[in-house]
Amino acid sequence: MSVYQKNEVKEVETSRTLSLVVDNQPGTLARVIGLFSGRGYNIESLTVTEIEKIRNLSRISLVTRGTSMTIEQIKSQLLRIVPVHIVRDLTLEGPFIKSELALVKLVVKGANRVEALRIAETFRARTLDVTLSSFVFELTGKPSKLDAFIDLMRSLGDTEISRTGVSAISRGEKTETKLLDQI
Amino acid sequence: MRVLNKMTLNYMSGAEAVIKALVDNGVEVIFGYPGGAVLPLYDALFENKKIKHILVRHEQAAVHAAEGYARSTGKVGCVLVTSGPGATNAITGLTDALMDSIPIICLSGQVPTHLIGTDAFQEADTIGISRPCTKHNYLVKDADKLCEIIHKSFEIASSGRPGPVLVDLPKDIQLSNVKYVNKISKIKKLNNDYSSNIDENLINKVANLLLQAERPIIYGGGGIVNSGPNASKLLTELVNVLDCPVTLTLMGLGCVPNTNKNFLGMLGMHGTYEANLAMHNCDVMLNVGARFDDRVTGRLNAFAPNSKKVHIDVDKSSINKVVSVDYGIVGDCKEVLSALLQEVKKLHNQKTVKSKAKWWSQIKKWKDKDSLGFKQIGNNIKPQQAIKSLYEKTKNFDTYITTEVGQHQMWAAQYFGFSKPNHWMTSGGLGTMGYGLPSSVGVQIAHPKSLVIDISGEASFLMNMQELSTIVQYKLPIKIFILNNEWMGMVRQWQELNHGSRYSESYTASLPDFVKLAESFGINGLRVDNITNLEATIDEMINIKGPVIADIRVVKEENCFPMIPSGAAHNEMILNSDDNNHDTSNEGLALV
Repeated sequence: MSVYQKNEVKEVETSRTLSLVVDNQPGTLARVIGLFSGRGYNIESLTVTEIEKIRNLSRISLVTRGTSMTIEQIKSQLLRIVPVHIVRDLTLEGPFIKSELALVKLVVKGANRVEALRIAETFRARTLDVTLSSFVFELTGKPSKLDAFIDLMRSLGDTEISRTGVSAISRGEKTETKLLDQI
Repeated sequence: MRVLNKMTLNYMSGAEAVIKALVDNGVEVIFGYPGGAVLPLYDALFENKKIKHILVRHEQAAVHAAEGYARSTGKVGCVLVTSGPGATNAITGLTDALMDSIPIICLSGQVPTHLIGTDAFQEADTIGISRPCTKHNYLVKDADKLCEIIHKSFEIASSGRPGPVLVDLPKDIQLSNVKYVNKISKIKKLNNDYSSNIDENLINKVANLLLQAERPIIYGGGGIVNSGPNASKLLTELVNVLDCPVTLTLMGLGCVPNTNKNFLGMLGMHGTYEANLAMHNCDVMLNVGARFDDRVTGRLNAFAPNSKKVHIDVDKSSINKVVSVDYGIVGDCKEVLSALLQEVKKLHNQKTVKSKAKWWSQIKKWKDKDSLGFKQIGNNIKPQQAIKSLYEKTKNFDTYITTEVGQHQMWAAQYFGFSKPNHWMTSGGLGTMGYGLPSSVGVQIAHPKSLVIDISGEASFLMNMQELSTIVQYKLPIKIFILNNEWMGMVRQWQELNHGSRYSESYTASLPDFVKLAESFGINGLRVDNITNLEATIDEMINIKGPVIADIRVVKEENCFPMIPSGAAHNEMILNSDDNNHDTSNEGLALV
């Protein structure tokens, strides 16, 4: 530990979900990622997609981990980036929904095929592709649900996993429309 | 449909539009170096009478010169470099400007848009390389957005916490036909804008805190300089009203006149004993426009341990970054100081203010240690004496000082007195050797009638000495005051203190004869190695109309004291070599 670090009682690190609205232009994502790598912050999950064509805006949903001082620092640093317009701390704001999509390929033969389908049904996964020796399932939901499903599939055979990362939104009627109009 | 003003229906080349946009944004001087990818811009400059172009000899120097210009005037500094090596050479300067919050616009040429990504001749990913070392950067891919981008760049560079903005201009964009768009008052709200509404409640709390404090201290930094001369006046007034001690960071020197009785000198690693001890023992600390840099705080877990801390900064991310404070106020120094001063004055009349007599008598005891004291023995010139004499001889002029980085920089900060802001240009955050000489070019261009001195070390001077050629070309009467000890002094000092005097590669061998070097450029060179001739040499240097290199041969192994050893706290300062019985901790050894 550096001597420039505070020696106070170690504050616990918590996972935080941030929701950013940024200009959809080349370099914005590089700036956000560069901030995290350059200053040594963690990224646990990150998703980016355009959300508005006319104003050319994208949303970045980002899951990070740190003490509250670090998270406050991350948020203020993000707001220094010129094409970052809104930084919301969903974890701090109140109840919110976190959802992710996973595509799971399972290579499986014999009796385990029935088991795989049964588990998929329990998890409400959709079957997108079937061959005599494999399946591709699609599952959406909380990351922990996806983790559980993937663990089960792994025990049944060879798997290949593709996950989108977390997308998040707050519960209730509150929207960002007014904030976005100021951009 | 947007109705276009007739004035905006001006068609011209992209290059001409860029130059016009610079003029519209108040640019009078641009520092640059031509090359293939900026030939259209140079062609547009050729016809232009409103912008003076200063041809530097290296692109790094162009940025440092623009920094000197910006820092000494409060305006935005402007740089023009070519693609590839031109842009990569500018990177050190841009990083320097980012660290010290200096507003810079750097225009760089780029290969034409259809060649980007093909490893074309003199192509570099300038946007990618400069992204982490600018406040913002743009690659102009669409000629229609060119003017707006230039206007916006000026706004970004100069608003909030200032910083460098790079605009990468592909050659085809410079040659394209564009419609000039005038500057619109404010294109859109910048998200990093602080709110100009100051929380009155907070101001009231802070004012009360300051008035009730028994051992208050104000610690000011470069943010005050950036906020403009008014901020310095307000700070000085606040200090006087509160009658409390004030200390300044390296970047803040001059914000409170050195002659103010409440000024304790610079704080931090090479700050005065009284400033650091007052910081350590204060009960209320007001930080105005400084950022708790590691050079200032020393070991964080022992930094001003029993104090309530207030931090005023225009950049929200500076608050609670390394030191958690009790009250953070986000805002421009002059606006916050003005509100705070008003509140303090109001409350001052109503309440009885706690006596600070005990605090001042304690400070007096620390002052009596005379931490900047030194003995000039024998004929060899002590570097401290050289700076002291330089100050005495120049204090009645409008003197601007630039420095390089190292021992001479610290001695200049310690022994030269600064009575006004914007008169002290030094590389604080990045610590760039070779900053001072090009920076002095920018300062002298901005203040042709003033006395501009680059206090330098011989090693730093060698880093950008090609700029002598620039100085001669533009007849800039800059005085280069080299404290020549034939060592990279600060490296040598750290090797002595931390590495058992094993002086690995820190000797500056094969030095040129500085007098002959000056003569080879057709300027005056002076040399002095005897204390009896020091003052006469300084007089001669000042009296010479043109540029001068003064080779001041100083005591070779002098160390810069007082010092907070790395990893130590404010109250663990060492005052001189004999005091160094402290073993640097392993953690301390790892620090720079």
